[in-house]
Amino acid sequence: MSVVSDAATVGGRPHEPVAPATKRPHHWGRIALPAYSWLVIAYLVFPIVVMFVYSFNKSVGGVPQVSFSWNGFTTLWYRTWNDAPGLTSAFWLSIRLALIATAISTVLGTLLAMALVRYRPRQFHGKGVIEQILFVNIAAPEIVMGASLLGLFVTFNIGRGFITLVLAHVMFCIAYVAVTVRARLTGFDRSLEEASYDLGAGPFTTFRRVTLPMIMPGVLAGALMAFALSIDDFVTSNFVSGTSSPFPVLIYASTRVGIPPQVFVFGSVIFAVGIALALSSLAIGRKRI
Amino acid sequence: MTGGTGTVDEASATPEASATSRPVVARFDHVSMVFEGNTAVDDLSLDIYEGEFFSLLGPSGCGKTTSLRMLGGFEEPTRGRIFLAGKDVTFQAPYTRDVNTVFQSYALFPHLDVFENVAFGLRRRRTSKADVKRRVGEILEIVDLPNFERRRPNQLSGGQQQRVALARALVNEPSLLLLDEPMSALDAKLRRQMQVELKRIQTRVGITFLYVTHDQEEAMTMSDRLAVMRHGRIEGIGSPQEIYDSPTTEFVATFLGASNLLAGNVTGVEGSIATVTLTHGWSVRVGVGRLPEARVGTPVKVGVRPEKISLGTGAAAPGSDHNSLRGRVKVSTFTGVGNQYLVEMPWGTDVTVYAQNIGEATAPRSGEEVVLTWPIEHTFAVRPMASGSTEDETNTGDNDE
Repeated sequence: MSVVSDAATVGGRPHEPVAPATKRPHHWGRIALPAYSWLVIAYLVFPIVVMFVYSFNKSVGGVPQVSFSWNGFTTLWYRTWNDAPGLTSAFWLSIRLALIATAISTVLGTLLAMALVRYRPRQFHGKGVIEQILFVNIAAPEIVMGASLLGLFVTFNIGRGFITLVLAHVMFCIAYVAVTVRARLTGFDRSLEEASYDLGAGPFTTFRRVTLPMIMPGVLAGALMAFALSIDDFVTSNFVSGTSSPFPVLIYASTRVGIPPQVFVFGSVIFAVGIALALSSLAIGRKRI
Repeated sequence: MTGGTGTVDEASATPEASATSRPVVARFDHVSMVFEGNTAVDDLSLDIYEGEFFSLLGPSGCGKTTSLRMLGGFEEPTRGRIFLAGKDVTFQAPYTRDVNTVFQSYALFPHLDVFENVAFGLRRRRTSKADVKRRVGEILEIVDLPNFERRRPNQLSGGQQQRVALARALVNEPSLLLLDEPMSALDAKLRRQMQVELKRIQTRVGITFLYVTHDQEEAMTMSDRLAVMRHGRIEGIGSPQEIYDSPTTEFVATFLGASNLLAGNVTGVEGSIATVTLTHGWSVRVGVGRLPEARVGTPVKVGVRPEKISLGTGAAAPGSDHNSLRGRVKVSTFTGVGNQYLVEMPWGTDVTVYAQNIGEATAPRSGEEVVLTWPIEHTFAVRPMASGSTEDETNTGDNDE
């Protein structure tokens, strides 16, 4: 290094001394841990692979039912994906339910998280109690919640259907959203909001231009979790769905008479969409950093 | 001003005198702030004049940052009123005030690039697109960051972030810019560089700066006027030179630069000169105007700055305009630009003396008997501080609030 300048001290690196070449002992951990990780992944992915493979399985004797012996390759179920009775409408019901429940619970959960992070117990009476209730809500067995909700709806004579499903799903999603967003908000630098006020932005503009963009990753994570919880919920939904069965409830009901092979088609497509979403979010995340 | 400090009147170009004829930009009117039982600001009254660089200087917890935040609108005073440009803004929200702040942490928006950070205030006031572009470009030029528009704050060094924070505030052309210890995150070298830079920018844009710091050197280099705060009160206010040369309290004398303070009592007043007899019988003279109270019997501490003392072997002639004391050199340290001596008085107190390295052959060595001599006009007197030591508070290290 002959020239010492600002640029050199900012961007440059001092000379790193070259270590003498000694023989490195072999670390088995370097092989064992990755190998172990791949085994765990295989364990997790295997059922999905089976489902994917069997979505191409022929049925026996023309009965549109899932068969668990391999009868030959067909794309019939993909071509006739809409033919299983009630399956498609149940799927769209689940999607609608999940979107609405996610939207509502994300807004409510985010606001709850902000209140919990912003105010000290002295300013916010019962803050500790609320935090405990959130935890209980997450930890409580779903079967208990489902049963008590059913009892509630019956007591108040509320007809079970889409509305009760939304109410129930929002209820069990809020706590997850609140906890996720709160984790993101905890490190939030309040002086950023002060800076925004200082520059002439009112409370609403500050929330929209500074606070929300800053906590967006947390809000999105919370929303994603709410969506995932809602779309595959069975226990609670089974209690409160009435006649409008969401996808998981319908499939469970159909196991008694035989699963239509289209279920595996839906399953494979949902999984593929999930992977596509995860990959694109990874790509966007890389670009932003 | 008394005491005939001729140098003050010439050198400082009297910002104080000219400032008072200028309009008041900000006023604290008997402002107190009590927070959870602690008085952070105690009956503060202060005027800040247009165009001046004013510093609030003091140790951690002296109330300087709280005062600044009350001007910005982030804290409400418990008592008193705050005025900006003559208007009572005591309970007005920060986003309606014509002030901008450079925060200690800079508080740059991490999700926006440099351009959008700087443009944030302009956009809130619906400035036209062309104007935003022009003004952001201009201010980035002034803070010496052209071509940084598309960088994110996390891609900038600490010094660059600070310049962006400064630009983001200045671009709105506020009537008053508040700076909350903006240098505390910078290293010493960059800090000195930025001191010069900040003063240059302030002169160029002509905006009033209120600067909060615990670093006395920083406050002295940049300020037109400064106030030394302690326990929520102002202990001294004036131009850096006035405060340095004529500190009014023991705290100011020790917090702002180094001082030798010798305890004694006023024993005689003769015309414009008073005699103070030190606790151990020696006496020094001080201008009557410098005394907190010109009454015989008043307990005082007589002070003199280390660089005002010269070391010699002969005492000043009686009746001359110099004080002299005899002592023995305890420690002599060569610092390059000069020598620093610790001279022990016969009664055990140490007096610090700085002598410039101007090539004089005979520097006194340790153990040597010397005579300390300094002009009466450079002697000041303060009321002794009621409670114990000031050691913990005079530490001007990097401890942030």
